Amino acid sequence: MTMIERARKRRMHRNLVAGAVAATLSWTVAPGAIADPVDEPTIEVNGGEFSLPTRVEPADHVKDALPEVMSGWLFRDADTRAMQLDDFENQGMIFADSGAEAWDTVEGTEGKSCASCHNDIESMKGVRASMPKMNEAGDDLWSMENFINDCRVNRMGAEEWAWNSQPMKNMTAAISVQSRGLPMDVAIDGPAQSWWEKGKEMYYTRFGQLEMSCANCHEDNYGNMIRADHLSQGQINGFPVYRLKDSNVVSIHQRFVGCVRDTRAETFKAGSEEFRALELYLASRGEGLPIEGVSVRH
Amino acid sequence: MQRPATMPLTLAAMILAATAGAGLAADPPAPSDLTWNEGAIDQSLTGQPGDPAAGAEVMTTNALGNCVACHQISAMPDVPFQGDIGPMLDGVAGRYTEAQLRGIVADAKKTFEGSMMPGFYKGEGFIRPGDGYTGKAAEEPLPPILTAQQVEDVVAYLVTLKE
Repeated sequence: MTMIERARKRRMHRNLVAGAVAATLSWTVAPGAIADPVDEPTIEVNGGEFSLPTRVEPADHVKDALPEVMSGWLFRDADTRAMQLDDFENQGMIFADSGAEAWDTVEGTEGKSCASCHNDIESMKGVRASMPKMNEAGDDLWSMENFINDCRVNRMGAEEWAWNSQPMKNMTAAISVQSRGLPMDVAIDGPAQSWWEKGKEMYYTRFGQLEMSCANCHEDNYGNMIRADHLSQGQINGFPVYRLKDSNVVSIHQRFVGCVRDTRAETFKAGSEEFRALELYLASRGEGLPIEGVSVRH
Repeated sequence: MQRPATMPLTLAAMILAATAGAGLAADPPAPSDLTWNEGAIDQSLTGQPGDPAAGAEVMTTNALGNCVACHQISAMPDVPFQGDIGPMLDGVAGRYTEAQLRGIVADAKKTFEGSMMPGFYKGEGFIRPGDGYTGKAAEEPLPPILTAQQVEDVVAYLVTLKE
């Protein structure tokens, strides 16, 4: 389908929806809530403290798949977009603040906090932008959650946090915020390459009874509507996101679980090899996009 | 309607005879037993015509067919948020025969190779088949997304969509 055909279809769709809204009167959604990705070159956070580009050139390894790499923020409605423009409006920051508090909290048999070794949490600047990456031993691809638990168990003598537990999500939020504005830049060569290949294969695999791949929605149909949902490119630079639907921060793998489940498939577990591989591949598709975490999505 | 506690024997015998005669007593074919004719299915899955009103309900209900998630239908102006992933269905009855429409609803990939459209009367051949939307594993064959009757109801609605 050409861009013009797409645009015409979308226009017809808008007219149809506007008509339906007018007809039922019970819908409180403004007609402008459903639209093409908005034409905003940057997300201006805190009155310009952060100016985050919303569209970047695709890296070489995604050129064939995407003509342009776009933030999911562009696909959300005006109210949702506005919430991310001010850290006081962004409910995700409450969770990041809790994580920052935990950073300084001593736990475990060694009497240490994160700060005991890493000093101020600002030392984590850049970490989020390079995740996931190979561990120090070079034998496994780790997400940020794996690094956090490695520290907790082996340095602090503390209990592991479950992947999607509140303290884990708070901590990944707090660490991600330190990288806000830095471009996504993951290593996909060397020992990470086989992980990347595996993640790419997953991206194009049509799972479940609905036989849908990530690409069906997020590569072939971004910008289109699936019922009331405006499909984005499924970029992960905004994670962890504050999701209005959950009234909580949501991890990358938590979202993966939901997407695969929604194809009527047996999903993979958060933290699984499969989802870490997919995380690497998706991070590489978003190369160059700024870290938005904690972003706001619906 | 209240079912009578007992039924006169003659009436019961008449109903039995009538249903047997119309082939209604037979179970609909399992998805794996369908007879395909180049992507089309010539025979009604239930042996009787579908109900277009019930079909419209299936097509607009999230937990059933939810066809409007991806397709627009101008004849349903009251249904909000119609998606634009697949082609509009306006006039679809002029483009495809009833048998072709039945085949497309049951398993569109037999007509359009690589289509994103799920098969709505299909039970096996999936990668990591799940138990509905639970995220848990399930053994194939899975129950199809729509029943044979629902497929026929949808087809009955689609054949009304003439230009």
